[in-house]
Amino acid sequence: MLPFLSKRLLVALLVCVTVSALSFGLMFLSGDPAIAIAGSGGRAEDAEAIRVAYGFDRPLIVQYLDWIGSALTGDLGQSIYFNVPVTEIIGNRVGVTLTLGFVSFIVALAIAVPLGVAAALRPNGWIDRIALVIAVSGQAIPSFWLGLMTIVVFGVWYGMVPISGAESWQGYILPVIVLSYYAIPELMRITRSGMIDVLATDYVRAARAKGLPMHLVITRHALRNAILPLVSLAAVQLGQLLSGSIVIESVFALNGLGRLAWESLLRSDLPVVQAIILILSLLYVVLTTLADVLNATLDPRLRGAS
Amino acid sequence: MTDMMLDIKNLQVSIPTDRGTLNAVRGVDLSISAGKTLCLVGESGCGKSLTATAIIGLLPRYAKVTTERFAMAGQDLTARTEARLAKMRGRDVAMIFQDPTSTLNPTLTIGRQLTEGVMRAERLSRKEADARAIEMLDRVGIANPAARLVQYPHGFSGGQRQRIMIASALMGRPKLLIADEPTTALDVTIQAQILALLDELQSDLGLSLLLITHDLGVVASIADEVAVMYAGRIAERAPVKDLFRAPQHPYTRGLLAAIPVPGQTPRGSELPAIPGRVPGLVGPLKGCAFRDRCSFAGEICGQDPVPGHAPAPGRFVECHKAAEVAA
Ligand SMILES: Nc1ncnc2c1ncn2[C@@H]1O[C@H](COP(=O)(O)OP(=O)(O)OP(=O)(O)O)[C@@H](O)[C@H]1O
Ligand SMILES: [Mg+2]
Repeated sequence: MLPFLSKRLLVALLVCVTVSALSFGLMFLSGDPAIAIAGSGGRAEDAEAIRVAYGFDRPLIVQYLDWIGSALTGDLGQSIYFNVPVTEIIGNRVGVTLTLGFVSFIVALAIAVPLGVAAALRPNGWIDRIALVIAVSGQAIPSFWLGLMTIVVFGVWYGMVPISGAESWQGYILPVIVLSYYAIPELMRITRSGMIDVLATDYVRAARAKGLPMHLVITRHALRNAILPLVSLAAVQLGQLLSGSIVIESVFALNGLGRLAWESLLRSDLPVVQAIILILSLLYVVLTTLADVLNATLDPRLRGAS
Repeated sequence: MTDMMLDIKNLQVSIPTDRGTLNAVRGVDLSISAGKTLCLVGESGCGKSLTATAIIGLLPRYAKVTTERFAMAGQDLTARTEARLAKMRGRDVAMIFQDPTSTLNPTLTIGRQLTEGVMRAERLSRKEADARAIEMLDRVGIANPAARLVQYPHGFSGGQRQRIMIASALMGRPKLLIADEPTTALDVTIQAQILALLDELQSDLGLSLLLITHDLGVVASIADEVAVMYAGRIAERAPVKDLFRAPQHPYTRGLLAAIPVPGQTPRGSELPAIPGRVPGLVGPLKGCAFRDRCSFAGEICGQDPVPGHAPAPGRFVECHKAAEVAA
């Protein structure tokens, strides 16, 4: 396990360096950041002053090392728009996004995995058909439309839940439903196909030949092997749920990171955008690394154990 | 009846396919006495595996299985229910399969896979179960068995894995062992070792063994009785010596054409190819299924039913021309 782990962590570190360099480079994507800050109508002297004040006049590598050094100590710079530390702004918003993402993820898994297993046990059975309908509709209906429809039906018509904001936990109900609905199809499909493959293997037949009851064959022999591909997909999905909810956050007026990123882009508040991109990218790295480690604990072949 | 470990009459297995119902096993009678070895031979696709899998109750749900009589290890299973068969699996009857590289779960340790069945069925403690696993691994010739329990399958060679599968099958101390081509996937030299091991275990433990094989040399050296299967039916059944000395079905004759007496047939003698093809088994079949390939065939061979004869005690042959063939 140890050689595997250290190799995997080294890869993760390299990805982190690359990702951080890319997010640093974003600052220069829109041309000269000093001009961007001064505004396109600004005077050349102002731009020059800003260039010196922000350190844009130094060599790129120095700027990068400086930026990464402060990032490591928890300083992600100042918001140009609010003129307060970026970490403070993000800190105020991150809770909503994390709650929404994790809860949606858990809900999606809790529905997708049992449904995928049940569908695999009887392909073309009625559960399988229902699962197929859910999967197809989940991929065909745009999320903003579904979001608006749930607001209209449950919020406006029936008044069962708040229609916007996250002041109480009820505010999360509709966004979680909508978000998890989009995560379910893929998770379910990979569970189902993995399970069908594994159920057809010789070792499952051999396990049954030992007299093990079906529920043990499924949980102990089949599921453990069938979820290997699911783990990797789930990591990516969780990353998407945590980072890609701009639409949902806007529809439900939740003040999360997605919305913050969008607003900051409109305001050309580059340090905030940069920080959000960095944080989300690192999150992906952490998640995929965790997925690989989890897979290695599930499958001894991956960690080269004997 | 009491010393019969397996007694089946008129086993039928049919499988729905796109082209219609495949009547893959079309009325098989089989019996094995306690402590005896029955070899089941026949061309690829004749229904050997389906027969074996039906006996242990592991056919897919869509396969339709019927029997007129089905008794195993002293229990009448004619009204076979999955629950009763599941109780017998691993304890009264166990099975080993063709490809040992795929029959062990790659994510579980050897020890876990060996012990999980008996810990449940016999309520053994971890320690008792481990002790038995060590005993069985030792018995099948795995060196240093205690250390092996914590290892995973991918560290073992094909031959070792098949030994482990045999140990696993023996964990519940079954009375009947079904082995479906247990050496086909192995190197030739390893094949001989595994078969010798099966033969030895069978006599030491007094097992009844149902061995499916393509290898007539193996049949000659370890079978007590042989059943020759053709197109989903038993064409001929006889004690091994009688079968090799005086085959009575034209199909058996074709198989044995080049092959002499038990003991002299070298291992690794695959079934020789007989010209012609097996008729399709989708839908009903009229007359003898072998007649298109048979040099004895005549007008009568197209008629139903094909008569069964008992030319000598313990022998059976199903052929319109049995008298002519024997002459
Ligand atoms: N699950 C299945 N679905 C459809 N057809 C099947 C299935 N299993 C077996 N068959 C068909 O039933 C027939 C008998 O198969 P079986 O596996 O019993 O043959 P076999 O005698 O064991 O052959 P071999 O020597 O190649 O192992 C074959 O024609 C096979 O294609
Ligand atoms: Mg077979």
